[in-house]
Amino acid sequence: MDVDGSLWFDYYLPLIWALLIGTAIVLYVVLDGFDLGVGILFPWTRHEADRDQMMNSVAPFWDGNETWLILGGGGLWVAFPKAYAVIMPAVYLPVMFMLLALVFRGVAFEFRFVSKPNHHWWDIAFAAGSTVAAFFQGVILGAVVYGVTVANGQFAGGPFDWLHPFALMCGFGLVAGYGLLGAGWLMMRVEGPLYGKARQWAVPLLGALIVFIVAVSIWTPLAIPGIAERWFTTPEIYWLWPVPLLTALFAWTAIRGVYAGRGLQTFASSVALFLLCFAGLAISVFPYLVPPTITIWEAAAAPESQLFLLLGAAPMVPIILMYTGFVYWTFRGKLKPGEGYH
Amino acid sequence: MDFDPVILARIQFAFTVSFHIIFPSFTIGLAAWIATLEGMWLWTKNDRYHLLARFWTKVFAVSFAMGVVSGIVLSYQFGTNWSRYSEVVGNVVGPLIGYEVLTAFFLEATFLGLMLFGWNRVPPWLHFVACLAVAIGTTMSAFWILSANSWMQFPAGHEVRDGIAYPVDWLQIIFNPTFPTRFGHMLTGAYITTAFVIFATGARWWLAGKAVDQAETAVRMSLGLLVVLVPLQGFLGDASGLSTLQHQPVKVAAMEAHWGGEGETEGPMPWVLFAWPNEAEERNDYQITIPFVGSLILTHTLDGTIKGLKDFPEEDRPPVVIPFFSFRVMIGLWGVMLLTVVYGAVQWRRGRLFAEGRYLRFVAMTWPIGFVAVLAGWFTTEVGRQPWVATGILRTVDAISPVAAGAVLTTLVLFVLVYGIVFSAGIYYINRLLAKGPQAARGDVDDGATALRPLSAAHDAGRKAIQAGE
Repeated sequence: MDVDGSLWFDYYLPLIWALLIGTAIVLYVVLDGFDLGVGILFPWTRHEADRDQMMNSVAPFWDGNETWLILGGGGLWVAFPKAYAVIMPAVYLPVMFMLLALVFRGVAFEFRFVSKPNHHWWDIAFAAGSTVAAFFQGVILGAVVYGVTVANGQFAGGPFDWLHPFALMCGFGLVAGYGLLGAGWLMMRVEGPLYGKARQWAVPLLGALIVFIVAVSIWTPLAIPGIAERWFTTPEIYWLWPVPLLTALFAWTAIRGVYAGRGLQTFASSVALFLLCFAGLAISVFPYLVPPTITIWEAAAAPESQLFLLLGAAPMVPIILMYTGFVYWTFRGKLKPGEGYH
Repeated sequence: MDFDPVILARIQFAFTVSFHIIFPSFTIGLAAWIATLEGMWLWTKNDRYHLLARFWTKVFAVSFAMGVVSGIVLSYQFGTNWSRYSEVVGNVVGPLIGYEVLTAFFLEATFLGLMLFGWNRVPPWLHFVACLAVAIGTTMSAFWILSANSWMQFPAGHEVRDGIAYPVDWLQIIFNPTFPTRFGHMLTGAYITTAFVIFATGARWWLAGKAVDQAETAVRMSLGLLVVLVPLQGFLGDASGLSTLQHQPVKVAAMEAHWGGEGETEGPMPWVLFAWPNEAEERNDYQITIPFVGSLILTHTLDGTIKGLKDFPEEDRPPVVIPFFSFRVMIGLWGVMLLTVVYGAVQWRRGRLFAEGRYLRFVAMTWPIGFVAVLAGWFTTEVGRQPWVATGILRTVDAISPVAAGAVLTTLVLFVLVYGIVFSAGIYYINRLLAKGPQAARGDVDDGATALRPLSAAHDAGRKAIQAGE
């Protein structure tokens, strides 16, 4: 592509935006990942004190974390309206199920507390909402990576196109992954019996995540020719080989972290695994936003629109990260059992 | 059975957005109220402000959670249900929503954590800053969403190429002609909504003999605010109406069920107090009118007139029944609010605000009045914008996604069920919190402080007499 003169914006703005939205999605997956994960782990303990502690460990953060989902979705709309207009109808039902699940688990934070001691149903709403939301996020990701039927720039498939084994596997994979992030988070943030439980929960979750990563790595190149070509041809293979190697390395440090009981190492390694998976998917589908038809340049909004919001995002995203960091720092340290709500 | 996917998508959006707007209407004002209370506490060191702030923060937490989760749904519905809309106006409306996320959503969502859980973690001044940040965030959010909505009402600063809207002048887009009055109108509406809840709750506590000191503070502060805001809303609403008349005359014709045409093109114009707009025959049935008032309201003269519905092609007219009635509901409720606060102000001035149980009992029932008025106003303006989703650019029928009607119907049913459950539970819990009163904000403080003051004993006896008999 010609990158001279006025075309500079046409070429680089969509790239910058793809990177920015990718960052928002990664931040969402990691941040809301651990608090959804804590919800996924909710049914694994029956102790009231454990559940209170689990919820209190994420209660100050969940709302801010979930805002990255709006930035991811909203950013997609602003920067790539043509992709947004194809993807959303294509995954209509999974998106709606995810949103409804998020409604239940979001209000459960407050309702569970104010309805005590009759909060049994809100325990279920929190756990089921978190699990269902995580599952359908995985389904959405899997469905988009696997490919969307497009005709004349519009979604042209049926309401159940997303319902295939690959997408479902991604759903289960993400539930396991979020669960692992949640367990790592709890290992970092709590003490006492719950810490020991979180460490035990991490074992099967980490195993499931590794199986899932291996399965996706084998499945996608076999099923989707473009992905095989991307990974196993020269010259790409020369600079892509560190991705699987690093994945193996962090899987190992995660295993070590769980067995040695080191919360930070477990959590950080899980985050690294997520980042590598995400990078792997990005490498697999780039430059398509709607595989296999619409590229980031074809989907891009008018350059003046992308530029206008970028001028706001450039100062605002660092500011947001700073005050988010400040709030996390305020609530740093181990949560003591029974430490208050409100 | 065959369903029209456009109607289903519209019902679904109307349902989810109506449900959502209830919470911001309340939390925009409530965030400002809590920040004010905390500021007053820091300034005066009077603990009653602190207790009130602690109490209302709990109510805020429950309402805000419902606002957040129902808001996330909306941000995705643009794509899931209105993908053509996203594509056609995305270049213009998208960045406004983007700025809302960057400048408002993160601010309120992140500092909410400090506001709810930071009481013992940060010094009071910093907690106050967190409350301010949340309040600023909610207001910024209203700014951007009203800007985007006003642009859809009357687009400006753009050009259309190949059916897609492109930005030309961002300042004209953001500060589009109908935006300033509509923003002022909505923000004031939100503050009035909150103030009436606080007013009614204060009266309720006072009548129940709960935290009487704080109840009286709440009643005085909210009434003091309402005495200013309710009349102000009259001016803002009028300005908003005039701006609509200038930019969207057909909407005003629908709001007034003014058909015009033969013999009705000359002023003076009466005001239709009640009628059943008959859209098939283009006239009003059972009409009751007040002469001259239509001219007075709409043109601020005694003999002016406006274009009637018949002056517009049929395919560009909005439905008439909903805007006509919802506008009257809004105006009527404003009248009730005005009488309520003026009467209260007069009583206050005569030193008899807490002398009449009947008035306070009435006030205690007025808590929903702002919510209903806000909803009625939005129904008027949104239905009145039809048949356009972005006036002159994209019709609502052309804006929907290529999604099967069955899928839309399924999710519509799910939304009604889920929101029904969440809403009932939320209202139930909020009501329980309100009934408990502010002592619940901190277990170790009860009303003992009041009893120590000699005057309050006499005061208390008077209040009990009011409750008992009258």
